[in-house]
Amino acid sequence: MTNSFEIDGITVPFSNGQTIMDAALTAGIYIPHLCHNPEFKPHGSCRLCTVLINGRSVAACTTPAGEGIVVENETHELVTQRRLLLKLLFVEGNHTCPGCEKSGACQLQAVAYHCGMLAPEFVHFYPKRSIDASHPDTIIDFNRCILCELCVRASRDSDKKAVFNISGRGIQAHLTIDSPSGKLADSAFNSSDKAARVCPVGAILPKHKGYNIPIGQRLYDQAPISQVGDVAKHQEVADE
Amino acid sequence: MSSPIKVATASLAGCFGCHMSLLDIDERLIDLVGHIQFDRSPLTDIKKVGPCDLGLIEGGVCNAENVEILKAFRRQCKILVAVGACAINGGVPAMRNQYSLAECLEEAYLHGTGIDNPQIPNDPELPLLLNQVHPIHEVVWIDYFLPGCPPSADTIFTFLDELLSGRPIQFAYQQIHYD
Ligand code: SF4
Ligand code: SF4
Ligand code: FES
Repeated sequence: MTNSFEIDGITVPFSNGQTIMDAALTAGIYIPHLCHNPEFKPHGSCRLCTVLINGRSVAACTTPAGEGIVVENETHELVTQRRLLLKLLFVEGNHTCPGCEKSGACQLQAVAYHCGMLAPEFVHFYPKRSIDASHPDTIIDFNRCILCELCVRASRDSDKKAVFNISGRGIQAHLTIDSPSGKLADSAFNSSDKAARVCPVGAILPKHKGYNIPIGQRLYDQAPISQVGDVAKHQEVADE
Repeated sequence: MSSPIKVATASLAGCFGCHMSLLDIDERLIDLVGHIQFDRSPLTDIKKVGPCDLGLIEGGVCNAENVEILKAFRRQCKILVAVGACAINGGVPAMRNQYSLAECLEEAYLHGTGIDNPQIPNDPELPLLLNQVHPIHEVVWIDYFLPGCPPSADTIFTFLDELLSGRPIQFAYQQIHYD
């Protein structure tokens, strides 16, 4: 007998130590997420994966699965709440999708499509943020960073370099680069690093290949994220 | 369907791409013609918006004239729709929000490349620019949003068709995109 629990009425098996997110990913059940990537330690910051266990809100990516628990995921209330979080993420940065090389293969867009967001609808912040084009192979566009810390975790835990960090708190929180000038070119970053391939949005982009795949033929152009999965997974395959 | 519904359209700080997409409905326009009558619109050249059932707004708000037109549309239209990326979040024109208005004007008219006789236009006929470009929902209440740069003809047709027939407005996955 394996252990199991329930997500929206579907029985999901799990093994000890798995989180709700791990078990759902293995079973092919989609729980929206942005700061989670199964290769890294869960961070629990975007709150998009919030589900209800016996009526209590928890982050699916940090909460262990438990025998017999009943998880609600795609309910009207939770989807509405996720849409709200997504709208806030959009107005907090500068997301001009028509001018973004990541468009069509962007996880923020894809999750927003999944949750039925037609428009951000809040007042836009239009924060003044910069672009770091100093590195020959990789560009950083701070306008689109959603502070998921995936690059931070990848650089620290996989590349053993700790090139990226988040500084400041609340609305002041921002991505920083560890180098004497603060520029990527002066850091230990290399475009073959794991950190170059984990950004779910268009904040860390390879140079010179932005439009290799035409708009319309990109990862999420024809099929939803609930079917095709995370963009990081596909980036790995594309690079091999 | 009894009397045709009245529709007005306007392009504010947009590129007319959304209007082009509306025309891209192609032969299905013929199905719509009996059900829709255009009021003020770049397609009719009527200058002042009258009472309408539906208003379609392309583009964000970048100058004082845009604000006036938008407010007139809101007064006259029962349903007002933000069509396209610029109406929804300012779009590409809102990229100037990273700079001050003075910096934009100086770059365009004084210090940019290939400018002779540098001067900032100040004819009183020209509408005054706002400090920043804004999405239209920051100025008036918007009833519906159709994303896309532009929204595809298919998306616009689905919206009009469902609105006319009174069905709930629903889109296929491929019909909603932000780019
Ligand atoms: S990062 Fe994603 S959401 Fe942001 S502008 Fe690029 S495509 Fe759009
Ligand atoms: S740059 Fe990308 S990976 Fe890094 S924190 Fe920002 S959104 Fe996340
Ligand atoms: S995916 Fe769980 S909090 Fe971000």
